[in-house]
Amino acid sequence: MAGKPKLYYFDGRGKMESVRWLLAAAGVEFEEEFLETREQYEKLLQGGSLLFQQVPMVEIDGMKMVQTRAILSYIAAKYNLYGKDLKERALIDMYVGGTDDLMGFIMMFPFLSAEDKEKQRAVVVQKATSRYFPAYEKVLKDHGQDFLVGNNFSWADVHLLEAILMVEEKKSDVLSGFPQLQFCDTFKQKMFPGSQEVI
Amino acid sequence: MSGKPRLTYFNGRGRMESIRWLLAAAGVEFQEIFFESREQYEKLIKDGVLMFQQVPLVEIDGMKMVQTRAILSYIAGKYNLYGKDLKERALIDMYVEGITDLMQMILMFPFSPPEAKEKTLDSIKERATNRYFPVFEKVLKQHGQDFLVGNKFSWADVQLIEAILAVEENIPGVLSEFPLLQAFKIRMSNMPTIKKFLQPGSPRKPPADARYIETVSRILKQ
Repeated sequence: MAGKPKLYYFDGRGKMESVRWLLAAAGVEFEEEFLETREQYEKLLQGGSLLFQQVPMVEIDGMKMVQTRAILSYIAAKYNLYGKDLKERALIDMYVGGTDDLMGFIMMFPFLSAEDKEKQRAVVVQKATSRYFPAYEKVLKDHGQDFLVGNNFSWADVHLLEAILMVEEKKSDVLSGFPQLQFCDTFKQKMFPGSQEVI
Repeated sequence: MSGKPRLTYFNGRGRMESIRWLLAAAGVEFQEIFFESREQYEKLIKDGVLMFQQVPLVEIDGMKMVQTRAILSYIAGKYNLYGKDLKERALIDMYVEGITDLMQMILMFPFSPPEAKEKTLDSIKERATNRYFPVFEKVLKQHGQDFLVGNKFSWADVQLIEAILAVEENIPGVLSEFPLLQAFKIRMSNMPTIKKFLQPGSPRKPPADARYIETVSRILKQ
């Protein structure tokens, strides 16, 4: 029934990157079709593949899924990265909401002027270090476990790692006040044992 | 253990309104705390109650939940408004996310400067009638059922009726090309819990007025 999931997007991170991360973390191989021309996009539109005329679009299990959050939730649930019950799912959803907001500040970068990039970089670092990183640092410190939710690897961990690496690209020592989050490298080892090429 | 859910927000719609709608549609009574001053807000932040220093905040089942979508997903899951399996949940999520994109435009509308308001309204109308409403008209037409997903009342239906009414408040007659959505609107409005929510005296909040905008701007220091 199911072949590999197929991702339709531009050849770059944007909103699709979190989907690539989650599929990779779940050990799921996928195909990609990159939009290079207006004609490709219009063909998808006319074919009725894009429910709200937008990408990302992921063909998975016979569905043409759109809306990044819906896609990610489906993948997380399908591959058991969504906690064991409703309350763990609630925590994961909360944590992912925060990292999503943080990554939202970064996503617009490529489209900014050089001057605005500098301003936005400062905003990103400020939000990361005063609002978001402290929240996740506290979660890890309070329960002392390796993973954010339920002592089990979940979507929340993948999303946080992705966000940390994105912010580090803007300021390499941004984790200096956050010893718990620095276990990023340990995360990587746990999440991708033996597959260094994924990162 | 759990009393009624308790909502903390400004005394107005904003991002909390979808939560009020969903709880009401599920027949769940709730309490509300309204911010009137910056001090109240700062106290919550200082007490460490707001995970990302933001509202909405909903205290429910021993959790202090933030992030609107997380809160709505939890309520939908708890009260069986999230479909019967993973695929129905996927459809509901897709529909809700699309409607949320439209609602986002309406959310920001009161805060746009006067000179931009007409243009913003045109954008809302264009998106509603060209991108979002046609999708749901088609969904209803294709399966001929009363509800969007799985022939059963769900979060997606609640989100859609909320959006339809919110757009209509600003753009009367916006449903003129969508007969199935017109019928959907009447059907949803007559469901007992929703009917109750639409009556005066319910927790439903009015559209943003000058006082609401001033309160939000002052408290969030925007």
